[in-house]
Amino acid sequence: MSLRTRRMVRGLALFSALALGATACGGSDDDASDRKEVSAADIDAALDKGGTVTVWAWEPTLKQVAADFEKAHPKVEIDLVNAGTNSEQYKALDNAVSAKKGVPDVAQIEYYALGQYSLTKGVSDLSRFGADKLSDQYSPGPWNAVTDGDGVYALPMDSGPMALFYNKKVFDKYGIEVPATWDEYVEAARKLHKADPKAYITNDIGEAGATTSLLWQAGSRPYQVDGTKVKIDFTDKGAKEYTDTWQKLLDEKLVAPINSWTDEWYQGLGDGTIATLSTGAWMPANFVSGVKNASGDWRVAPLPQWNAGEEAGAENGGSALALPELGRNKELAYAFVEYANSGEGVKTRLEGGAFPATTEDLNSSEFQNTEFPYFGGQKANEIFADSAAHVADDWSYLPYQVYANSIFNDTVGKAYVSGTRLTEGLKAWQDASVKYGEEQGFTVEQ
Amino acid sequence: MGPFAAVFALVFLAPIAYSIYLSLFRDQLIGGTTFVGLDNYTQAFQDDKFWASVGRVSLFLVVQVPIMLGIALLVALALDSGRLYGRDFFRISIFLPYAVPAVVATLMWGFMYGTRFGLLGDVNDAFGVSLPDPLSPDLVLASIGNIVTWEFVGYNMLIFYSALRVIPHSLYEAAEIDGAGQFRVIAAIKLPAIRGALVIATIFSIIGSFQLFNEPSILRNLARNAITTSYTPNYYTYSLSFSGQQHNYSATVAIIMGLITMVIAYVVQLRGMRKGA
Amino acid sequence: MSHVTTASPAAPRHATGTAPRLRTPRRAHTPGRPRRSVLLTVLTGLVLLYTLVPLLWLVISATKTQEGLAGSFGLWFDGDFALWDNIRQTFTYDDGVFTRWLLNTLLYVAVGAGGATFLAVLGGYALAKFTFPGKRAVFAVVIGAVAVPGTALAVPTFLMFSEMGLTNTPWAVIVPSLISPFGLYLMWVFASEAVPTELMEAARMDGAGEVRTFFQVALPLLAPGIVTVLLFTMVATWNNYFLPLIMLKDPDWYPLTLGLNSWNAQAQTAGGEVVFNLVITGSLITILPLIAAFLLLQKYWQSGLAAGSVKE
Repeated sequence: MSLRTRRMVRGLALFSALALGATACGGSDDDASDRKEVSAADIDAALDKGGTVTVWAWEPTLKQVAADFEKAHPKVEIDLVNAGTNSEQYKALDNAVSAKKGVPDVAQIEYYALGQYSLTKGVSDLSRFGADKLSDQYSPGPWNAVTDGDGVYALPMDSGPMALFYNKKVFDKYGIEVPATWDEYVEAARKLHKADPKAYITNDIGEAGATTSLLWQAGSRPYQVDGTKVKIDFTDKGAKEYTDTWQKLLDEKLVAPINSWTDEWYQGLGDGTIATLSTGAWMPANFVSGVKNASGDWRVAPLPQWNAGEEAGAENGGSALALPELGRNKELAYAFVEYANSGEGVKTRLEGGAFPATTEDLNSSEFQNTEFPYFGGQKANEIFADSAAHVADDWSYLPYQVYANSIFNDTVGKAYVSGTRLTEGLKAWQDASVKYGEEQGFTVEQ
Repeated sequence: MGPFAAVFALVFLAPIAYSIYLSLFRDQLIGGTTFVGLDNYTQAFQDDKFWASVGRVSLFLVVQVPIMLGIALLVALALDSGRLYGRDFFRISIFLPYAVPAVVATLMWGFMYGTRFGLLGDVNDAFGVSLPDPLSPDLVLASIGNIVTWEFVGYNMLIFYSALRVIPHSLYEAAEIDGAGQFRVIAAIKLPAIRGALVIATIFSIIGSFQLFNEPSILRNLARNAITTSYTPNYYTYSLSFSGQQHNYSATVAIIMGLITMVIAYVVQLRGMRKGA
Repeated sequence: MSHVTTASPAAPRHATGTAPRLRTPRRAHTPGRPRRSVLLTVLTGLVLLYTLVPLLWLVISATKTQEGLAGSFGLWFDGDFALWDNIRQTFTYDDGVFTRWLLNTLLYVAVGAGGATFLAVLGGYALAKFTFPGKRAVFAVVIGAVAVPGTALAVPTFLMFSEMGLTNTPWAVIVPSLISPFGLYLMWVFASEAVPTELMEAARMDGAGEVRTFFQVALPLLAPGIVTVLLFTMVATWNNYFLPLIMLKDPDWYPLTLGLNSWNAQAQTAGGEVVFNLVITGSLITILPLIAAFLLLQKYWQSGLAAGSVKE
């Protein structure tokens, strides 16, 4: 079997070569070039010269934007790739970065995940392209999310100022008032579930994004991040307000144990058994496409407040376009990102149903006066824009929020299926996040 | 053997060797990669989450595998007996679930298990009962077992069936001359003749149980709180590697799990052989 | 021929002492013509019900529109019968990318499953019928390799393939699917049970070389096993999801599973179009070729045996 042995040897040689290659990968930072300022003229020159830009994004409206961009700059080709949705794509990005091959020139990254990439310098600082001068263009929540110190690590693509979507038909049927505070919301939940035991005020089986957004609105600031120093604390006043209220909903089984985005969820939204959603302003497009049969039933209202008379907002979801450090054609890539998220592309994306992060568009009368046939002709954008203006901009996520969110249901989730209290669940989440942070070399305070 | 060995080395052995290499290091978001010797192994042996997941799949193995293989064997014997009406229809229909892609299985079982809009909900309404939620933390392992059984009964049935098909006719003739009945033929001829297939199906079912991943990850979409990110060893390595960026520790856990599985599979194989000798 | 053995380490021949009589392969299932049994049919029918009810859901759901899916009971038809429309949409949605995925999958299955079966048959036959040093170790090594959870190996494999420039090409999907450890074992057991060594010796005495012995004597006898392995590798390649997910980023190379999943994921993103109806119809279409293949292959369980009646 000499043939076999020879092949084995070859396989082994290949393997050792790889192992060596991997060691080499361990030591990083070979190219610290490309740090100089890039002027608009440089970018124009690059556009005239042409080239290909690979974009990894799952945002559907970018397709048209890419086509328009190519038309405006015939020598530039945009290779738009859907490399998976959110964490699937981050994994692909991490893999490509480890392999130092196939890294895209532009990547869509959600706000909550961006910190990890900016901290480890996995994405380029865009200030040298002049991105720092764009700060006035964006609403405070998204802009705060893409910046870290003086650095600008992505340009905001969309945003998700929160609002309350409610099924007016169901509310009218049972004579329920639209709640203005979360206490009234609990009351509405009780009334609804009593009137129809199959109906619930909302669905919730524990979702990190929703919980952190409500904490944000309640004034809680569980994460304090200063470079590699991190503080995690879920016991401040805002967090207590949140847990007190939400615990009531859980104890009295007033929320439907249905996971969002599933078949069952779309069914519930359609037939009135899920009566409200507190979520980002990007939601209408999903209603139109996924819950066609309930067209006209739903309306939008401002998010309930933790204290009567306040106007606190919060962001839920939303993403930005960043330039991975190992990508090529930086000038072209930036030109595309600027076009899509700050230039003409924004209009195109709005027409496609996206929700902007740019204040000019948010405040334009054309935008605010748009009537939504789905919401019975309501001018829902007024409510969204108002919400966006009231988002507190001092919120921050962990630099490893992707991991933290992945273990949310292991910890806080217990409060949804057993006797564990929400406060205990959050404490367990805090402990697990602290442990991971320490393992990863962060200095963590509680 | 030559070509098989070459591709095998590339696809299996090289990544494993690479994983062993990885398991000796630790990579941090802050601080980079350091050589840590066997630290990851020490950590794994003290890792409660890991051992809890091993316990869970062991329980699964002891309960689900015998049920599944039992049903598969009975169906295979029934098909082979020639006493069924519509044998070919049975054979293909029972095999079908194996061909269903995971994405669809999610939707399907999500519907079946649904206590509100799903089939279970309708059963509850129709009979005025309230069956327990199959996705609650107490029952979800059984629900996973049910899906695995559903998917793989046909697959194992086919292995047994094709093994039964190659039993030489002459053996049956001998039995007929001796006047042996159906059950005697099964016990004396059929079962011993397909022992090889039985041993293999068992070994691969053991490996399958220890590597349980698809079904929990599918069902997790519906039962996030009941199925943790360390629900099974394989799901744990996945979470470590994919959400936690802990490739090194993930590789360590995978190697330990591989060793455990290998030892058990080897014991089963030795026992299976000894009975035949 | 001294290197021929009669037993395999994985599956020793049962001690019946009837080996020489193996030369007359059976044609019927059991002696005589067995009576059909209603009871047995009903009992097996229960298993059948268990396997088919979820599939019934799939078939019925494929006839519904997106709204119908949300608004009607799962195990019965909705007012509109939208099956044909769904099928048309599945093939035309997103510039007909579904067809491209279908062709990709066919390519992966033809090369991957075909190759895997070929390698498994050769390997299994060699393990069963020839002695060579280290044969016993093969079992341990293969089992050991299979026993390490694949999810943890995905990243190392990705890094290797990336180094070799295979990622984002069809090879990244095909090469890993060429190995079917299970197929190897199945063939090993089959070859040691189904191919009598005496028959091989007889063929060799007639002057047949190893290659001819394999093709003319062993292959027909192995038919049920080969068909089984082929079916398994086909299904495995057809439904391969995890590795392509990591290896492929270009939707033009997606197999059906990845493509359907990307449609399914659309329902989970802001502004994405919800097309559960196409996911379901697409899945049904995905399963159909497998059923067709199974129907085509199943005659080999019968005829393969009959063809084995070599008495040369």
